Amino acid sequence: MNDAQHPPQAGRYIGQRVERKEDARLLTGRGVYVDDVSLPGMLHVAFVRSPIARGRIRSLDASPALALPGVYAVYTAQDLARFKIDMLSFFLAAPAVQITPLASGRVAYVGDPVALVIAQNRYIAEDAAGLVQVDYEEETPVVGIDAAREGALVHPDSDSNIAVAMGEEHDEAIEALLAQAPHVVSTTVHHQRVAQSPIETRGVVVAKHGEGELTVYLACQSPQMAARYIAQAFGLPPTGIRVISKDVGGSFGLKVQPWREEIAVIAAGLIFGRPLKWIEDRLENLTASNQARDQQMRIRAAFDNEGRMLAAHSDYDLDNGAYPHGADCNIAVSMFLWAAYKMPQFNFYTKGWFTNTVGLAAYRGPWAMESLARETLLDIAARQIGIDPIEIRRRNLVYKADQPRTTPFGIPLEDITPAECLELLLQKFDVAAFRAEQAQARKQGRYLGLGFAAYIEPTAGSAGISVLASDVAQIRIEPTGKVSAVLSTHSQGHGTQTTMAQVIAETLGVPLADVSVHEDDSSRGGFGAGASGSRQAVAGGGASIKAAELLRDKLRRVAAHLLETDAQRVRIENGRILVDGEPEKSRSLREIAEVAYGEPERLPEGMEAGLEAQYRYRPPPLTLSSAAHLCVVDVSADTGFVKILRWISSEDCGVMINPAVVEGQIAGGLAQAIGTVLLEHVSFDARGNPTAVTYKDYMLPAISDVPDFEYHHLCTPSQSVGGFRGVGEGGCIVGPPTLVNAIADALSPFGAIPLDLPLTPSKLLEVIEGRSMAPRPAESAPVPVPSAPVPSAAPAPVLEAPPVIATQTRIDGIWKLVLATPIGPQKFNGNFVTDGDKVSGTLDSDMGSQAFSGVVEGNRLRWDLKVTKPVSVTLKYDVLIEGDKLSGKVKMGIFGNAKLTGERG
Amino acid sequence: MSSHSIQIRINGRVHQATVESRLLLSDFLRDEAGYTGVHVGCEHGVCGACTVIVDGQAVRSCLMLAVQADGCSITTVEGLAAADGTLHPVQQALRDTHGLQCGFCTPGIVMTLAALREAQAAPSEERMLAALSGHLCRCTGYQGIRRAVRQLAGTPAESAHE
Ligand code: FES
Ligand code: FES
Repeated sequence: MNDAQHPPQAGRYIGQRVERKEDARLLTGRGVYVDDVSLPGMLHVAFVRSPIARGRIRSLDASPALALPGVYAVYTAQDLARFKIDMLSFFLAAPAVQITPLASGRVAYVGDPVALVIAQNRYIAEDAAGLVQVDYEEETPVVGIDAAREGALVHPDSDSNIAVAMGEEHDEAIEALLAQAPHVVSTTVHHQRVAQSPIETRGVVVAKHGEGELTVYLACQSPQMAARYIAQAFGLPPTGIRVISKDVGGSFGLKVQPWREEIAVIAAGLIFGRPLKWIEDRLENLTASNQARDQQMRIRAAFDNEGRMLAAHSDYDLDNGAYPHGADCNIAVSMFLWAAYKMPQFNFYTKGWFTNTVGLAAYRGPWAMESLARETLLDIAARQIGIDPIEIRRRNLVYKADQPRTTPFGIPLEDITPAECLELLLQKFDVAAFRAEQAQARKQGRYLGLGFAAYIEPTAGSAGISVLASDVAQIRIEPTGKVSAVLSTHSQGHGTQTTMAQVIAETLGVPLADVSVHEDDSSRGGFGAGASGSRQAVAGGGASIKAAELLRDKLRRVAAHLLETDAQRVRIENGRILVDGEPEKSRSLREIAEVAYGEPERLPEGMEAGLEAQYRYRPPPLTLSSAAHLCVVDVSADTGFVKILRWISSEDCGVMINPAVVEGQIAGGLAQAIGTVLLEHVSFDARGNPTAVTYKDYMLPAISDVPDFEYHHLCTPSQSVGGFRGVGEGGCIVGPPTLVNAIADALSPFGAIPLDLPLTPSKLLEVIEGRSMAPRPAESAPVPVPSAPVPSAAPAPVLEAPPVIATQTRIDGIWKLVLATPIGPQKFNGNFVTDGDKVSGTLDSDMGSQAFSGVVEGNRLRWDLKVTKPVSVTLKYDVLIEGDKLSGKVKMGIFGNAKLTGERG
Repeated sequence: MSSHSIQIRINGRVHQATVESRLLLSDFLRDEAGYTGVHVGCEHGVCGACTVIVDGQAVRSCLMLAVQADGCSITTVEGLAAADGTLHPVQQALRDTHGLQCGFCTPGIVMTLAALREAQAAPSEERMLAALSGHLCRCTGYQGIRRAVRQLAGTPAESAHE
């Protein structure tokens, strides 16, 4: 049931379903996960965590814990304050609000780490954590986005609960188009909060060696990235930090960067000196590990009478919790909402909100909401306009023939194939036969449904994101003739030790068994971001090919010289050197390697000894993958249970290195999609207490919930070296709308289903039986807690144009400015000089200085600034100065508005 | 905290130890006996990663105390392959079918299937799938695991479609 349409460049190894090299150790219990690391003298850490969602720490008494035999120390934020720790974002940007590893003065969510205990073993550490006495002054928490709009400030020092906002709430031109359109379809989609939930939780072992060296064993997505993060967060020399991460038990975005607990343990290890281990337990993982999604989108789209798209506006809100991995309004959602479709005009308004819940992190396909919102809307539109859901997609999707083109967001489309994937899908499934079967079944009270979704996905994106810009491969043919490669890729299940070895073996011409890939130790290789953004096949694969080509060329030159022939006539096949037409000159790699390392005088004049090569590959700015999926469900009208009968994937991830690994990635993502749509829900009560804290309440899909998936592959080579495209996240992006649309189709005789995930049996029974089954949780009515007065969110909308107040204001001088951008707050200085109604000056940052000039009206300043990096755009500044404070906005072309704040420097 | 002297045969070797009564069998196997192939995913009996075979039965070692295993014979995933390294049929089937990704859930799945085969030479596909419904895998979507089960049961690999 698997067919690759045109597998280009299928080779001896590339394109083959070879066995995974990792499996021999993992199947026999010989993997090394962080909890398997045990060091002499190692002690164990447990955290004291806040039982309330919001409040002030009045006092903390550790003495009962310290009195327990086997307890070595209890540390609070005060103890760690000696390090000036910056909890950076994944992009290594400073956080929007101050974040300390341990709670400092206030707690902001249930599970907020307040203190850590160091003890002889984990049992004693947990006993002791329970003995630490903390007295809190509890305050009414802000739980959920609606509460954030009106409630108290989550971070009392900030001026709003909006973490980041971009775009325009009201766009006259779009409104006019919506007002005139023959059809306007609108919908609101609620996506619940979910937990990434790798079966291995987070964990760290830290060992300090004297003053200058630190070894950190970490469950992470990239030892290189983690080492850089830790060095930068602590302000330590990076050379002294070594991060080791051999096997990792899944991650899915959670372990993309070390966070408060891991950093606190590292700080404690630096202070205490002995090796420390912390392994998160599942309750902590489901309550205190940063979580994902928790968002809603209102979307309005206009169509003509044929169902062709005319214009759209989306209004998106994302719960950031208290301490997100990076304050986020998820601009990628807006960028990709219409990217695969011919939507002529659209605008968006997007906001990230702080709340008193655990912070936001990435989860496989963090921008997946774009597909869920769009593809469910398209089905509603098809019903409303009276055309087929396949037809509405066909009329609007970007086909190959429509390219090259550029999306309104400026994303160049050259070779996307969502429409061709859909056409392939339709060859594999008889829709007409299904419709007949569905009609027949309905007569017997069985409700079958068919759902479709199509999308494109940015993979290995690097434009303007410095940490994602390049990856490195260092490959050597050892004196033994075997090949070792040290790469900046990293597997948490991805199988890169196998796929990268396939690429290297293919390029070098050696047996796969002779290639070993190492990616577990930051001190062995160079920087790269490892697993994130579906980038490893593209960035790591490209680096591996380029380095292997360099090495192959050197090997041929060496062999030609030694064998007295021309390099053009030397081939490497199956690990042997062959010379065309001279079979007697065949040599093993080892024979050549021994000379290259041990007898360099026999090498060509001036050639470096050894057989080693390195290449740092910069992938294209963006590599797009495409897919269309369908699934068939049977929804029981008696119980509301959804049974998935069939699921077909049709995707285009370019040249496949290992189809079994590709399909494994798709399948894993689809299972997570099924969990998202039907089962998983991180829920809170009105006081911010998490209510799904074990795997009994937080339900992951089991084998009985997941059908057999069928795969079809279009293989359009990409522009990257090797022609690969990423495939790590797609199932998790296209899966949810596929399933939601199938359920909606099944229950269409009863009416519309709520677009409010998860679609639990009780929610579906409400539709089937036309009545309310269960009382809604009273999330919107938090129980007030008697509390100290706390500043409230200013009700004034943040992004309104500032009013002009005609008073004499002091403008000239230096201002410290902070711009809230999608990749985190950017700090810079402004030097303003006024002259009548003109203002000029410079904006200065580490990156350089830029001059500007503009106009002054009273205390309002406006100027334009053209920038070319990371993208070419004119920034329109519009700010208001009041006393020593500055506030306003910057319009960043198609990227919408960003908030600017500042104070006199 | 009371201490107890226990004796457990693990993978054919007798281990003697003095343990606290509250020590979980999973922690004993990992930390005291060194069998780190016993993985701990939840410690509340749901994920199945910690499964080992105790006197022929698949048992979640996070739900059992070490003292309760006194006098028992235990097999962990480290004890399944033959001395010459030949994989157990269950391990081999999972390897052939790409039945694992991160490998964290894998030892538990291997032990549950191995225990079924210990009890009954050729357990049916249904029996194996029912037993695996108590295991959580976050990576694979269970596709390879199901293929491995079919391989072990001798069912043809391709499903009804196509
Ligand atoms: S760790 Fe024992 S069942 Fe999850
Ligand atoms: S392979 Fe990762 S949890 Fe199963």
